[in-house]
Amino acid sequence: MAKSKKPAAKSKIPAPKPRKPQPGTRQDSAAFLAIYRQMALIRAFEEAVRSLATSGLVPGLVHLCSGQEATNVGVISALEPRDIIASHHRGHGHCLARGAEPNLLLAEILGKAAGYGGGRSGSMHVIDLEHGNLGTNGIVGGGIPLACGAALTARARNSGAVSVCFFGDGALNQGLLHECMNMAAIWKLAVVFVCENNGYGEFTAIDDVTAGDSIPARGEVFGIPSKTIDGMDVLAVRKAALAAVTKARKGGGPSFLICNTWRYGGHHVGDKQDYKDDAEAKAWRAKDPLPRFAAWLAKHHGIGARKLSNIDQTVAAQVASAVDAARRAPEPDSSALDRHVYG
Amino acid sequence: MTKMSHAEALVTAIIDSMAQDERVYLFGRPLGLGPQRALMSRLTDRFDERVFDPPTCEAGNAAVGVGAAMAGLRPFVDLSTGSFSFLAFSQIINEAAVSNYMSAGKLPAPVTFHCLEGARGGGAPQHSQNIHGFIWNTAGLEILAPSNPGDMYGLVRAALASNNPTFIMNHAKLMALEGDVADDRKPIPIGKADIKRRGKDVTIVAISLMVHDAMAAAETLAREGVDVEVLDPRTLAPLDEDSILASVARTGRLVVVDETNMQGSVASGIAGMVAERGFQSLKAPVQRVARPDTPVPFSAPMEAFLLPTAAKIADAVRRTLPKA
Ligand SMILES: Cc1ncc(C[n+]2csc(CCOP(=O)(O)OP(=O)(O)O)c2C)c(N)n1
Ligand SMILES: [Mg+2]
Repeated sequence: MAKSKKPAAKSKIPAPKPRKPQPGTRQDSAAFLAIYRQMALIRAFEEAVRSLATSGLVPGLVHLCSGQEATNVGVISALEPRDIIASHHRGHGHCLARGAEPNLLLAEILGKAAGYGGGRSGSMHVIDLEHGNLGTNGIVGGGIPLACGAALTARARNSGAVSVCFFGDGALNQGLLHECMNMAAIWKLAVVFVCENNGYGEFTAIDDVTAGDSIPARGEVFGIPSKTIDGMDVLAVRKAALAAVTKARKGGGPSFLICNTWRYGGHHVGDKQDYKDDAEAKAWRAKDPLPRFAAWLAKHHGIGARKLSNIDQTVAAQVASAVDAARRAPEPDSSALDRHVYG
Repeated sequence: MTKMSHAEALVTAIIDSMAQDERVYLFGRPLGLGPQRALMSRLTDRFDERVFDPPTCEAGNAAVGVGAAMAGLRPFVDLSTGSFSFLAFSQIINEAAVSNYMSAGKLPAPVTFHCLEGARGGGAPQHSQNIHGFIWNTAGLEILAPSNPGDMYGLVRAALASNNPTFIMNHAKLMALEGDVADDRKPIPIGKADIKRRGKDVTIVAISLMVHDAMAAAETLAREGVDVEVLDPRTLAPLDEDSILASVARTGRLVVVDETNMQGSVASGIAGMVAERGFQSLKAPVQRVARPDTPVPFSAPMEAFLLPTAAKIADAVRRTLPKA
């Protein structure tokens, strides 16, 4: 497709906002602290959802990403406001890292009128166009083609936007992933495929259902540069994501990042995790992305525990007020059921 | 009679079929058993080598089941939540359903598909579809919708013995239901409706989970002096049209209940069939009770608002009665 100088056609997705300072481009402690704050916010948010769900206040099943904060924030911190993400069923962290309002996100998770989908969508289908988020997705692999489609739009409009699709290791075996990787490669789409590999799909270990000894090989076969990363190390994830995003933005085509990580709470709230062994869980807990990044901040930026505990308190207060607001928020009006069936 | 849950009847029927027929294999371990997952060990203790636990790849899982059936096995393919079976529609509709027809009877595909469908509580638009309406529009599949453990047992046995591809539409909310399974452990003939309650004033034809709401509505109406017959088609395809028409001929009034949304519902199809073939019997317009044509929203009160209930069914019955 030829590059055109024409202004971008009108889109429901808002125009890019000015770039925020990017940690890594300068030695900017404030921006690194923002990364810490986002991870702390996700952890606090997810633990609040866990207790709401345990008290029976969340309809349906809810999948938490506690433990996966570094993959969420590491990748998303490499994006610009004009970029697009497509997430999956374990997606609250992606929404928050992208800038979603905790109040509106939690309202949706409780099915309240104030939520992102007016209570129609719930945890697994949170759509936040203002922050370039095509949505969490209840269908394993469902977000992958949406991100590729958004990358096609970016090309057609010459917008310079990059798309990222997040998916779990379970989606590695959906044919759609391979169909999309092939298309992304032949059309050199500006898309980054991010597999958040937490070792399990529902209650099944990855090795029981995934053939071959190389996950990167699944991208390489299409000529897509593919890399495995320590997904508990937010800076390692961020570095790999920045490289992939920069390459994509310059017209260099897709990349595939496999971030090895761990879901602390099992598949959904209430999963007793009797299929996991304790030693494995303990080893992963020892790699917790939050204390690990805190230690790095202390060492390289002289940021002390006081400053970080202030952040922890601020996000805890933010989440507490979101819980309070969402619990008190009104239910949707059932008689408006058929509103938005058609646009 | 033996008391069993719906889930236990499902597992027991598969075990009995496996014991009787070495061609029966299970593709998909969980079967939507949820909290009753422990039941699965009864099956795997005896037949583990005949169980394949697929990755998350619905199209591939269904496809392999169809091919295995063509080549001589009798696979039971679990597609998990009904909404995920959309990923496997080509395998079900373009391959399994038409193979016998296209081969002039030489290549049947006796595969059995199973899914948990319907509004299950907080499933939201992507996990709540009743897919029987979509599948009902396909010729060549036998579609079974057992509403209780006894029917579940007999229909699964029939499906695994059938030479045709079959699809067991299981409602997610039925799995914990307890009921009686006959000790003769026989298959139930495909294509035979069952009258769950005899009555002379109005016929309710109800499908799957809706049979229970129809029975509750019948109780309410009995107290008002209205004697309701509840007919459960049990198999949606082939449909036992004669039993439905015979019931309407006795009562003269018909209400059809289906949880799926109205457009393309089995309720609409049955209403149309009776309008065409049983018009002379009707003393009042046929009433359909189904969901409005919207996706199923996530919000608990909104979901409750749109689902058919015993109260909505009773109202529909009252609309067929002469004004007092
Ligand atoms: C098409 C489809 N099939 C099955 C499911 C049921 N399901 C929900 S989550 C899940 C496991 C996904 O595992 P993975 O991709 O590794 O993500 P994780 O839950 O580990 O984050 C499955 C099978 C689904 N939602 N969609
Ligand atoms: Mg996983």
